[in-house]
Amino acid sequence: MPDEWQAEVQARLQHNENATAWVLVDLNAALKFHKIALILTDRRILTASLSEKNWQSWSLAQGQRLRLTDHAGVGQLELSDAQGRLAVWRFTLGLQDAVFRWVAQFEAQQSHRAQSPDSVPADPQGRPLQAAHVFVCPVCQASLSEDDDECPVCSREDLNPPSTWTLLKLWRFAQPYKRSLLIGFLLTLASTAATLVPPYLTMPLMDEVLIPYQNGADIDPGLVSLYLLGLFASGLLAWGLGWAKTYILALVSERIGSDLRTTTYEHLLKLSLEYFGGRRTGDLIARIGSETDRINVFLSLHLLDFATDVLMILMTAVILFYINPTLALVTLLPLPFIGWLIHVVREKLRTGFEKIDRVWAEVTNVLTDTIPGIRVVKAFAQEDRESQRFKDANAHNLQVNDRINRVWSLFSPTVTLMTEIGLLVVWGFGIWLVSDDQITVGVLTAFLAYIGRFYSRLDAMSRIVSNTQKAAAGAKRIFDILDHVSSVPEPLNPVALPPHVQGHIRLRDAGFRYGNRAVICQLNLDIQPGQMIGLVGHSGSGKSTLVNLICRFYDLSEGAIELDGTDIRQLKVADYRRQIGLVLQEPFLFFGTIADNIAYGKPEATREEIVAAARAAHAHEFILRMPQGYDSLVGERGQGLSGGERQRISIARALLINPRILILDEATSAVDTETEKEIQKALDNLVRGRTTIAIAHRLSTLRKADRLVVMDKGVVVEEGTHDVLMEAQGAYWRLYEAQQRQAEAVAVLGGSDEDKKVSA
Amino acid sequence: MNPFDLQRDAFGLWVLVLADGTRHSPVTAVRAYPVSAPDQGAALMDADGHELQWVPDLLALAPDLQATLREALEEREFLPEILRLDTVSSLLTPSTWTVQTDRGTTQFMLKGEEDIRRLTGTVLLINDANGVQYMIRDLAAMDKHSRKLLDRFL
Repeated sequence: MPDEWQAEVQARLQHNENATAWVLVDLNAALKFHKIALILTDRRILTASLSEKNWQSWSLAQGQRLRLTDHAGVGQLELSDAQGRLAVWRFTLGLQDAVFRWVAQFEAQQSHRAQSPDSVPADPQGRPLQAAHVFVCPVCQASLSEDDDECPVCSREDLNPPSTWTLLKLWRFAQPYKRSLLIGFLLTLASTAATLVPPYLTMPLMDEVLIPYQNGADIDPGLVSLYLLGLFASGLLAWGLGWAKTYILALVSERIGSDLRTTTYEHLLKLSLEYFGGRRTGDLIARIGSETDRINVFLSLHLLDFATDVLMILMTAVILFYINPTLALVTLLPLPFIGWLIHVVREKLRTGFEKIDRVWAEVTNVLTDTIPGIRVVKAFAQEDRESQRFKDANAHNLQVNDRINRVWSLFSPTVTLMTEIGLLVVWGFGIWLVSDDQITVGVLTAFLAYIGRFYSRLDAMSRIVSNTQKAAAGAKRIFDILDHVSSVPEPLNPVALPPHVQGHIRLRDAGFRYGNRAVICQLNLDIQPGQMIGLVGHSGSGKSTLVNLICRFYDLSEGAIELDGTDIRQLKVADYRRQIGLVLQEPFLFFGTIADNIAYGKPEATREEIVAAARAAHAHEFILRMPQGYDSLVGERGQGLSGGERQRISIARALLINPRILILDEATSAVDTETEKEIQKALDNLVRGRTTIAIAHRLSTLRKADRLVVMDKGVVVEEGTHDVLMEAQGAYWRLYEAQQRQAEAVAVLGGSDEDKKVSA
Repeated sequence: MNPFDLQRDAFGLWVLVLADGTRHSPVTAVRAYPVSAPDQGAALMDADGHELQWVPDLLALAPDLQATLREALEEREFLPEILRLDTVSSLLTPSTWTVQTDRGTTQFMLKGEEDIRRLTGTVLLINDANGVQYMIRDLAAMDKHSRKLLDRFL
């Protein structure tokens, strides 16, 4: 509880009363942002607005209930008893978890009260309530497990803007290349030093050759060739070293980038479906593709250049001070100032360029909207409107570009001007020193040669800020994936599956929540080996969630799922999934041959096995009709194949791995009745002898099921065979009747009732 | 004569009595165009989401009923309008914004620039990290400070 509240609340508590939970909701009754404290004690609920301190309280009593609902981002918590509603609190959804825990504590106390109605408050020993022991994050009030150092909710991604320090995490990937990196660094040092030799040589060339010649002395060819040779040698050395350093460091950074990519992808594949559900495909692709590449370029190009520049400036400074400290001071003084100016202009440009990126995305958006929807555009004769939309986006683009170009065109002349001014200072002060006989002309020339070099680098150096930020943002997005722990964890000591799995599935008190919404609650189901179960219910009744839980795409919040008496969480994920064959409504075919697609779950399958599976799936004949037979290529989503054909290929895929458990998720609902007949025949082969769980919209396809399970709002409402359920005239009967009427209506309108004959 | 009657019961639920005398409870009131035309087109729906009564124009109702209906509507509606941006924690997303809305001052976190969406005309809709929506009715009408900050994200 916030400190300023501690005293306030303490004063309100009665003797021996203990606060057990609190939460600050952020909306008032009029839905205005307003902090309201909600405190639960062992005997009362207290509430007050933070600013008005208008305390209200309700004594806890049996029959009081709390109800949590949410709509449009606003959660609502209602306290009511048998007579009516007592109070309402509202909050934005960010507080949902905290409020949910508050309610849980309330419910724990209420059920405790129901068990021992006499002992209010609590029992005489003052035993703390169970839930009060949970460690709670001080920031967001998420409950922590005892060995968590930081709160998993707060430290979750997205809460912090990308910081440059994220780049340090890359060290983990750089470590294997320590030696190469060290060699690269030494080479950088050496090559930078080599590039600094030529300006130094201008000094003796000037003082010992050119000036004496102007004063009447002869040029000594031996001395000149010696210096020229020195210039050439240092140039050659710088070339060789520069090549070696760039090559080695590019090799290393490329390897780091590639390791990063592979690791991220491998990790991503192991994450649960929950993770993929919440993310856009394009975003994930971009993270693994372009972000790693960006980091790569940053490491091999920007960072390397920057390091070289910094080394060069440091070395130059040392040399300059060695030659003449006074002139060195004057030369180097304006440098930070000019660097800062360049940086300021750069920053301005950067935001402009980012804006261009976003505007550009707007233009592309118009295209991605229109081109796939071209049929609609043409059908409604809206070409002009779409072209206007494009024109507008383009005009916006132009406008932003014009604005940035104004600054941009100013940029390089400004840098040049700065450089000239810097040189001017050196010239002026240098001439004064020469006239004062403090330095020779050669020294001044050397200074000018040195300084000209690094003014030109200042511009490049100023880019490091934006490049680092970009790379840091990229690194953060990648580490978001890498740091995400799979919510379907591998067991530490996995139990080995017996060689022959029976396929006996049992769900015990299974419960599953999305956030605070219970999708499945208290579900018990026993599926004998070889039995076929049909899951029936309206959409949203939890059928698909149940299937996902059985596949262990998610883990249960409560209860357990057992396979042959072993909790599936104790099995290796891959071992368990190998026992499951899955046929989905939308069969997914990967790019490759038909044979590859059938053998997807068992790459080592022989050709004979593939043919046998296809035959059993009634796919053999149509495959043979294709020009290249089993070697025909099928596209990303199996273009060129009809829905029924694709489905039969996916059935063959499931047949080939010979799973003990088979899951059919609306396997026939995407096709017409004629095709369904074909698929049904294939499915009959597949189902034989396997534990099968089938979801189907058309109840007629489930007639073969040994048992039907009718679900509604996450609970099983009815269970039994078709005949028994029909007799009971319950939920199933109603569903069935509704479908029959619909089928009859279709039949009257000229449709066929063949599907009834088939399944009968 | 009102075409229907709307009241709240002891449990805080809305009870609708239609012209033919049928009672429905609980009902919810929703606007058809909460952003572009809040005074036109509202509906009263039953618990299963079926429409019971359509109100084409709120202003045409008797003042009492109108007030009750508005109360029922506003209970479910939450689209704070951002009047002014005070500060943003960082110009790079994710970024925490402190804003003044027509419902008071608050903070929220913007996950990415793509969560700011242009609706028809000048309206911007902003989704925060928790899925709460905020609205900016007219970007051009905001003060300079806010526009300058927003500009970095648009």
